[in-house]
Amino acid sequence: MEKFKTLKSTCIPLPLQDIDTDQIIPARFLKATTREGFGDNLFRDWRYKENDHLNPDFILNQPGITGDVLVAGENFGCGSSREHAAWALFDFGFKVVISSFFADIFKNNALNNGLLPVQVSNEFLNLLFEKIQADPSTEVNVSLEDQEISIAGTDFKESFEINPYKKYCLVQGYDDIDFLISKKEEIKEFEDNRLEVAR
Amino acid sequence: MLMEVKTLFDKIWDNHVVHQIENGPNVLYIDKHFIHEVTSPQAFAGLKERGIGVYRPEQTVATADHNVPTQDQHLPIKDALSRHQVDTLIKNCDEFGVELYGLGHPYQGIVHVIGPELGITQPGMTIVCGDSHTSTHGAFGNIAFGIGTSEVEQVLATQCVLQRKPKTMKIQIDGVLNKGVVSKDIILYVISKLSTSGGTGYFIEFCGSAIEGLSMEARMTICNMSIEMGARGGLIAPDDTTFNYIKDREFAPKGELWERKLAYWKTLKSDKGASFDKEIHFKAEDIEPMITYGTNPGMGIGVSETIPAVNGQSDVTLKKALEYMDLTGGSQLLGKKVDYVFIGSCTNSRIEDLRMVADLVKGKKKAEHVNAMIIPGSKQVEKQAVTEGIDKVLAEAGFELRQPGCSACLGMNEDKVPKGKYCVSTSNRNFEGRQGPGARTMLASPLTAAASAITGHVTDVREMLN
Repeated sequence: MEKFKTLKSTCIPLPLQDIDTDQIIPARFLKATTREGFGDNLFRDWRYKENDHLNPDFILNQPGITGDVLVAGENFGCGSSREHAAWALFDFGFKVVISSFFADIFKNNALNNGLLPVQVSNEFLNLLFEKIQADPSTEVNVSLEDQEISIAGTDFKESFEINPYKKYCLVQGYDDIDFLISKKEEIKEFEDNRLEVAR
Repeated sequence: MLMEVKTLFDKIWDNHVVHQIENGPNVLYIDKHFIHEVTSPQAFAGLKERGIGVYRPEQTVATADHNVPTQDQHLPIKDALSRHQVDTLIKNCDEFGVELYGLGHPYQGIVHVIGPELGITQPGMTIVCGDSHTSTHGAFGNIAFGIGTSEVEQVLATQCVLQRKPKTMKIQIDGVLNKGVVSKDIILYVISKLSTSGGTGYFIEFCGSAIEGLSMEARMTICNMSIEMGARGGLIAPDDTTFNYIKDREFAPKGELWERKLAYWKTLKSDKGASFDKEIHFKAEDIEPMITYGTNPGMGIGVSETIPAVNGQSDVTLKKALEYMDLTGGSQLLGKKVDYVFIGSCTNSRIEDLRMVADLVKGKKKAEHVNAMIIPGSKQVEKQAVTEGIDKVLAEAGFELRQPGCSACLGMNEDKVPKGKYCVSTSNRNFEGRQGPGARTMLASPLTAAASAITGHVTDVREMLN
């Protein structure tokens, strides 16, 4: 997993609530058996019209809108557990997703892939949307070390929560499987001591 | 000495904690791991890269369901990518020693249908699967939740998953259900009240007299859709209904072990006075047949109610949803022309669902313009339907009974609803494009779906039951 410490970037705004993982990557694009390449179909049915023509109205297709940070409305990533949603965002080039609320499974999946979910207050989110709308070159600074997000060139900043263990993993590029494998003895001991009826 | 008062959820969770990371998640032991073709290949590839095997293959069960055709399952899969994905599952199960109920096997079916019907799903367990509807299994009084592929790899490698303990919520529904109202209506009603994110961060225990009166199939429908309000899972304390369902099933404990397990299972309930982080009460009498009008499962109304109106410019999400559905706020769904009816999915494809549909459509014919498809949840459900003559009743009514799989619930195979068409569906998600690009899904119970197929428009099933 790639390490994450700080990021300064422009943002891509998607001010809709309840963006589900079927929008992030529709099921018909889940047929691959590797983790790569899902970025091509990120937000497929919003990015493309019928016959695979680009939809010029969709934010990712608008000239001058670029960035490694996606800013989305409340309850981002609800629905299916498909980790392909996190893979697609990361593969497309996103390193951070900002929202005022994340769905649980999506949040875990993002953290397991070095994609940082930054949960901010509704006020901060709305302010960020306004700033980006007024000036698409607006940048945010994200510091995982300090657990702080700020809008560059302004006094607007906010701290964000992250589980200390997950923070350590992201900063070190360390994954959960390494950790669990290191606990094998303890797992074996747990199994040996279980009641038969509870198995 | 005072005994600690605990919820059922806490009891099961605490029984499975192998290790607690300070300020971090728990190492949670997993009793049963279900896998399928779509979310497992990258996990197996990860094991190969690390040069490790599956730690407890005997606690792992595989099936092919998401990406399989529902016709001619005896022939090679036509779509090359789908065929490759299903073949990869076969190879991985073979290489890693995992039991596979694949296409052609008498136990094949939707993963959340086969686990319970084979007696693999039991009270008190922890169960995971790379599928958000794993919450279904909670109907048996266990902790079951969906995980991502990295977590599938964790479980394959160590039989454990790193997980933060969620908060607990109690949803109590008391009273007697109205005529024509079934468990799907209960859960659509609850989600419409709590919204699609109202359960996020929680694990829900469903209880109350209306829940206790439900069959296991009906309870599974409720727990299945817990995730549609954001909750990782839902569970229902096991009782005689649960035990009678499990007894004598293929992988249920037998003989003396059954007696001992049963004694243990009977202890699995929330203690009197146990406190939940949140408690909500509903009355069964307030619920009418439900249907969704929008693009998430929280956008539901009673079938006789009107679609909410967009409230000013700020309501962009509802506005976008109604535009996608081509519906107008303030109008009724009742009477809306229906093009497709889909009866299936891990929510409503069990034998009881098929019986419910057959009873309603017996001696009737579907409207000519409606395409009505029924996908049994498993080979066993399909077989049972034939034994009971349900297949004939459905055929005579003009419904097409296909072979088991997830099908048009998620539109991964060729079963899709065309752009712009309206489908009354017994599945669990009405997201944009879920049943195919541009498809317009209205979620409802098997009764409402079947009634709408007969009349050709959104129907209040209560009128047909008179």
